[in-house]
Amino acid sequence: MSQTSGSNRIVRVAAGQGFWGDWLDAPRRQVEGGPVDYLMLDYLAEVTMSILQKQKERDPNMGYARDFIGAMESVLPAVVDRGVRVVANAGGVNPVACARAVLDVAAARGATGKLKIGVVTGDDLLPHLDALIEQGHALANMETGEPLSTVRDRVLSANAYIGSVPIVEALARGANVVVTGRSTDTALTMAPLRHEFGWGATDWDRLAAGIIAGHIIECGAQCSGGNCLYDWRNIPDLANVGYPIVEAREDGTFVVTKHPGTGGRINVPSVTEQLVYEMGDPHSYITPDVVADFASIQLAPDGEDRVRVYGIKGRPATDKLKVSIAYRAGFKAVGTLVYAWPDALEKAQLADRVLRERLDNMGLRFDQMLTEFVGVSATHGPLTVTTGEAPEVQWRIGVRSADRKAVERFTREIAPLVLNGPPTVTGFAGGRPKVEEIVAYWPALVDKSVVQTKVEILA
Amino acid sequence: MKVRLVDIAHARSGDKGDTANVGVIALRPEWYPFIAESLTKARVAQHFTGVITGDVERFELPNLNALNFLLHGALDGGGTLSLKTDAQGKVFSTAMLRMVLDVDDDRARALKLPEASRI
Repeated sequence: MSQTSGSNRIVRVAAGQGFWGDWLDAPRRQVEGGPVDYLMLDYLAEVTMSILQKQKERDPNMGYARDFIGAMESVLPAVVDRGVRVVANAGGVNPVACARAVLDVAAARGATGKLKIGVVTGDDLLPHLDALIEQGHALANMETGEPLSTVRDRVLSANAYIGSVPIVEALARGANVVVTGRSTDTALTMAPLRHEFGWGATDWDRLAAGIIAGHIIECGAQCSGGNCLYDWRNIPDLANVGYPIVEAREDGTFVVTKHPGTGGRINVPSVTEQLVYEMGDPHSYITPDVVADFASIQLAPDGEDRVRVYGIKGRPATDKLKVSIAYRAGFKAVGTLVYAWPDALEKAQLADRVLRERLDNMGLRFDQMLTEFVGVSATHGPLTVTTGEAPEVQWRIGVRSADRKAVERFTREIAPLVLNGPPTVTGFAGGRPKVEEIVAYWPALVDKSVVQTKVEILA
Repeated sequence: MKVRLVDIAHARSGDKGDTANVGVIALRPEWYPFIAESLTKARVAQHFTGVITGDVERFELPNLNALNFLLHGALDGGGTLSLKTDAQGKVFSTAMLRMVLDVDDDRARALKLPEASRI
């Protein structure tokens, strides 16, 4: 389906999921709404791997993003009959089981033998963690500098962020579906372009362009009118929002667009908002394949719902990979009650003082206790400018502790306030707050040489 | 006169651990230099006093008419540790846009900056 040949050839990569839990309809809409060559599905957030690891411990056939199976079912005709290829990091901590589940669905739909699934593994470092530490890899926390050994006994998962190379290999070997574990979000878009255009491993500018194309579309509709502050009132038809598509050329330039007839809006402001999202140092956007320079990006309007992106520069990649480690970090719970007019805020404040005094009297200690008044200052804190009396206020208090019992006891202290605290209180129907185990994120770096990725083709 | 940042810029924010990032984008390219001059590291740090516990880092992206700020210690530990409603720093964007900037009247007229009507 790629148009024409030579340097004017266009390859279209469509984004169908921005995270695990994104719009179920989006993948199907992307393959049915107009021409696309690749469907890119991003499922993994920072702590998703640990959730999947827990699932795999309970059932060795689990540990991947289950939503992907439904998504594959919905796009199967496009993949089988029209040659759309799918690249997804849905494999989580069990890419092989994920691929098998897709093959089962294809078989049930009469498409046996029509799928070649490239499975990328090797990102999972959990089995090698002790050996790595022994060999002197500190896996120090990138934020605090602490060595991993301080939380080693509480580690649930450890995955290296891997780049485009194994995905390109899978595509070159004829896979029409590629399932990875912890690939970077951006590699899912860059790899198909690298494969199609034959970009080399030191083709820094074009690799960087592919990465930036990936960054723009990896959060789905967040570049096409979703969560867009610019002129938000006038963004049309969000009910029918079109997810983004990259139309890329061999020279590394591309256009961000969406299917005709869909809602949302793609313009320079919407794309710029997404470019700065979760941005660190914009001059050095470090990926396994290349270091991209966001200060080189040029944007230009290119017709309705089209933005042209060009001028991108990249630099050689580093010799490290980022590692996403998840570890158990205690317990938390959050309780809420709603206080009504008049004097809603004062009542909520009194409830907060009463609760804190009771917890204190019981001798309970927490690592953190945080109160917010929703409707007054929960989102902007002391920056809030109040413009009148709130008609109601939600009192929201959270605690965090290594001691599960203390957190459990806290959850029993909210409801009693309905009868033995300040008046005109409601909003307790949800019941007692739940105690949640905290699985925290530990970002680290590791030498590239210790991560060996592998590609196998299942059919 | 005074200008509200919310009238001359848009923004998006997100998280990296306990750090919130806020990208501030000029609504018109000709307003970018004024915004870049006004939003110094010190001015932004002052604005977020009592909200963040760490430093502010500042990056310029004149190609996008944008600035990127990293607000360290913004998210009560961040991610799953955080007890905040906005654990992922999603609405630090408009917290930044609450800033009110001073501008010399002549410059404001030349740039057609909208005067703050309500502060």
